[in-house]
Order: sequence, then C-alpha cells, then structure tokens
Amino acid sequence: MKTRVYVTLKNGVLDPQGKAIHHALEGLGFSGVNDVRAGKLIELDLADGVSEEDVEAMCRKLLANTVIENYRIERAQA
Amino acid sequence: MKSAVIVFPGSNCDRDMAVALEQASGTRPIMVWHRETELPQGIDLIAVPGGFSYGDYLRSGAMAANSPVMRAVRNAAERGVSVLGVCNGFQILTEAGLLPGALMRNAGISFVCRDVDLKVENSQSAFTSRYRAGEEIVIPVAHHDGNYTADEVTLDRLEGEGRIAFRYARDVNGSARDIAGIINEAGNVLGMMPHPERMIEPAHGGTDGRRLFEGLIEAIG
Repeated sequence: MKTRVYVTLKNGVLDPQGKAIHHALEGLGFSGVNDVRAGKLIELDLADGVSEEDVEAMCRKLLANTVIENYRIERAQA
Repeated sequence: MKSAVIVFPGSNCDRDMAVALEQASGTRPIMVWHRETELPQGIDLIAVPGGFSYGDYLRSGAMAANSPVMRAVRNAAERGVSVLGVCNGFQILTEAGLLPGALMRNAGISFVCRDVDLKVENSQSAFTSRYRAGEEIVIPVAHHDGNYTADEVTLDRLEGEGRIAFRYARDVNGSARDIAGIINEAGNVLGMMPHPERMIEPAHGGTDGRRLFEGLIEAIG
C-alpha cells in the first residue's frame, strides 16, 4: 500500500530555503505570495500488515527530526 | 591514550582528525568503519569527523546516526568515554540524541568556508581546559548546515549549565545565540561546527585548534 509522509518545518523554525524560493518567485514577477515554506514528501510502498504505529515509529526514529520538524501520514487508497 | 576515528561513507575529515590526534597524543588512532558493531577494547576517546556522510541524504547526519557503529558509540558515551564530534560529526551527534538541538541550513543559504573568530565560553571542560574563558581563537568552518537550533528552554539550560563551549564572535550561519559548540550534561561529549583539526600547525595559518586536542588528551590521562 502506498503511504505518503509529509515532513514540514515546525512553525517558528526559520526556513532559509523557503525564503529563497519566495525571493525567486518575486524576482520572476509573481506578486501576492505572502510566505513560502519548503518541506519533504516521502512515499513508502508498504506490505500489508504494516500498522499505523509502525509508520509513526518510522517517522519519529528517522523520517522526521521532531526537534525541528512535524510529520503527517497519509495512507492512500490502492 | 587510545582513540578511535569513526569513518562513514562520505567522511572527508577523518584523516585530518587522525593526524591531529596522533600529533597531540603520540599514538595513531584506530580507524573504525561504520558497519562495525563494536569498538576496539579500551578506547578512551572517539572522534566523529566531518564530511558528508551518506551524501547528507534526508538530513545531514540522519543516516549516520542510525548506522551500526553509532549504537556502540552511544553505549561508550554512556560509560563516560569522551566523544568529539566536528562539523558533520556534530550533526550526527545531535541526530543520534547524544547532544540536544539540531543543525539546520545556514540562514544565508550559502555554504560557508572560511576562518572564523570563536569565543571560548567555558574553559572548565575537558575539551577546553587549555583555553582561557573569554579568549578569542581562530578556527575554520566549512558547512552548509551549521545553523544551531533548539527550543528556548534547551538554550537557557545550555547557558545556565555552562554547556556552551564556543560561540561565534560574529554571526556566521544564523545559529541561536551564536552557538558554535556544545557539551552534553555529563561533560564527556562535545559537538562543534568549526574544525579544530584544520588549525594545528603553523602551515595551517594558526594553531588555535591544537590546544583542544592537547587539553583533551591531558584530561583523559
């Protein structure tokens, strides 16, 4: 089963990459962009029987650094 | 004094670290590959060197922190063995939970590679005993992810407990409270972004890094 993990920086954590993207968008003439935050999308192809708790543990132990990042798990329908 | 240098795929400061340790201690360190599950017997000091372990995939240091040898490093640190992490080594130690906080992309986005002025904040630690508190020293940095971040409670605690070893004299990468290097609660683990092993002989342009190794080796005995 395909599962997606979205990893994003916590609110208040400075995101220099997001700021650079924002700046570049403005440079291209796109107005009205208030803020940009960059994150990661990690796609997992999981065998049947891998539980929600297992995916949570994967996020906490490796996929996200919970000191600075939040994660959101999205289990896609096959 | 028996020391070990951990080598990951992508480490590139392991040999400089070995030279610095050999010059300061008179004994050549043992190079330990990341796949090892145990450290050689009787190790007094473990150095986690700089570089780009595992290509900095996912986050700098994240893969290395979960490699087999780091379990042995963690156990050794808990037994009181000294651990020195430099640059990518500092990133690995935070990812492994041996030091608090995280090292994020430099606030200015750019890779920073130059000599910087550092202020020695604490000269009481095993790592900084050959420096004077408040002394300014010159050590090079070379990193993309050196922006130290932690929550305010952690930062206050580091300050209050004298666990900030080095601060940048001027902002280099956006680090919270200009932190360049921190010590763990027990006092046997130091992580720092600047490279003391690149400032150990006059040909390097200075020798301010040398005292870190000499003091540490003296403290270990």
